[in-house]
Amino acid sequence: MLGAAGAVVLAGVPAYADGAAVAAKIKGLTGGKSVGEGAIELDLPEIAENGNAVKVAFSIDSPMTADNYVKAVHVMADGNPTPEVASFNFTPAMGACSASTRMRLAKTQNIIVLAEMNDGSFKQAQATVKVTIGGCGG
Amino acid sequence: MAKIKPRVKVPKKAAAGEIVEIKALISHPMHTGRAKDKKGNKIPRKIINKFVASFDGQDVFTANFEPAVSANPYIAFPFKANKSGAFTFTWVEDGGAEFTASKKMTVA
Amino acid sequence: MRLAVTITMALSLVAGAAFAKTPYHDGTAEVIKPTDKNHPLGEIVSGYDFRKAMIRDVQDDDFANPAMLVADHGEELWDTVDGSAGKSLSQVFEGCAEVPLDVVGSVYPRYHNAAGKVISLEQVINMCRETAMGAKPYKWESRDMLGITAYIRMQSRGSRVNVAVDGQASAAFERGKELYYTRVGQLDMSCAHCHEDNYGNYIRADMLSQGNINGFPLYRLKWNGVGSTHRRFRGCMKNIRATPLPYGHEDYVALELYVAWRGNGLKVETPAYRN
Repeated sequence: MLGAAGAVVLAGVPAYADGAAVAAKIKGLTGGKSVGEGAIELDLPEIAENGNAVKVAFSIDSPMTADNYVKAVHVMADGNPTPEVASFNFTPAMGACSASTRMRLAKTQNIIVLAEMNDGSFKQAQATVKVTIGGCGG
Repeated sequence: MAKIKPRVKVPKKAAAGEIVEIKALISHPMHTGRAKDKKGNKIPRKIINKFVASFDGQDVFTANFEPAVSANPYIAFPFKANKSGAFTFTWVEDGGAEFTASKKMTVA
Repeated sequence: MRLAVTITMALSLVAGAAFAKTPYHDGTAEVIKPTDKNHPLGEIVSGYDFRKAMIRDVQDDDFANPAMLVADHGEELWDTVDGSAGKSLSQVFEGCAEVPLDVVGSVYPRYHNAAGKVISLEQVINMCRETAMGAKPYKWESRDMLGITAYIRMQSRGSRVNVAVDGQASAAFERGKELYYTRVGQLDMSCAHCHEDNYGNYIRADMLSQGNINGFPLYRLKWNGVGSTHRRFRGCMKNIRATPLPYGHEDYVALELYVAWRGNGLKVETPAYRN
């Protein structure tokens, strides 16, 4: 949830590098509208053994009909040099709202997933991914 | 220089109304623009920045990739099989180069 | 209730002393009992089982595994005519390699009769190219060589590693064993210090495996690409601040034979995916 002055308060997760950059990005997308929670299931590892290819997947409960569907989903990482990871545009033709890809994480950080509905409302979920960088073995 | 090759996994057959999973991958280094080469010079950014899946000519799913997407970008997404048709998958690279793949799907 | 808890704790402490390591895998690992009574370990486990699900899941999916892109490249090369003799590697390889294709991945490095010594798969491929195809040899760590070795070893995927270390291979085996236990570099460590004495423990944030090579050539997230066993050996030596040997050095071939023997019985997993 966004605090009054636009400072990011990601409920229940520790503050990592650039909360302000994520807040600004979210504000740009939502126009300052309030963001709800729920209906977004995140599939992220708790600990990623290497930050080069971390699985990121989500599934959003939505009927995906012409009058009730998820229009877009934005994935952000608050500890990377820039917060945007990827965004996805969905259509009712898909029948379900989910996607899976792999991202680069520079270090332990929060992943924030923001979903925009066709009616202009927004939902959000986040989770922390710990990233270890072993460095051994050449 | 490795070839940039797409590959896709689409079920050949599906039942009407079934939600199938489509997987797509393209071999690409996804240079972020931050890494340096052996001489210490920055390797310029060059990534696949967009992936579009269209069915019978209609765009059904788009993914916009940033440099934070891993090398050899992989994407999996659902699609509701209503009628038989053909998919076209397009990957767009920084600078405009496009790579495509096509697959047909039969719906019973 | 308190007494029961105390007894349970006492028992688990005793049990803990008997099993010095916390279980390093989630119980799903295939643990091989070495058949050779001279094997230094009581259990043989693939590097696959030292990694978390996020990494194992990619290896399990041929579509998503980026190492398969390199193996696909190798498959193309396999059937490509190259060199003055107008032949492809697929037409000459089994004769050169002295064993059938579906076995090569589980028996190399191997004593090669024509070469008169133990050689690696890379070396027999180049022998084939030069003598039977009239083609230029591939560079050891080139995409072509990695592709071809990945493709060929993949034909044995699922069968058990079974390198021969007796008879005419025994000299190289002994040399490889000697190298495995020899301290090198400023950090003055040997392969055994990590992979024999400390597998299952952490070094920095990496969980140490037994150092088996049943998945090579493989994709490493650390490399953002596919590499060979010699690349891995070189990297290790650099980490220990030792001067790495050049690719293809006969000591690395001997070490490769020895390390493969330590993993005899494991399934070939080429092309694997690791961190």
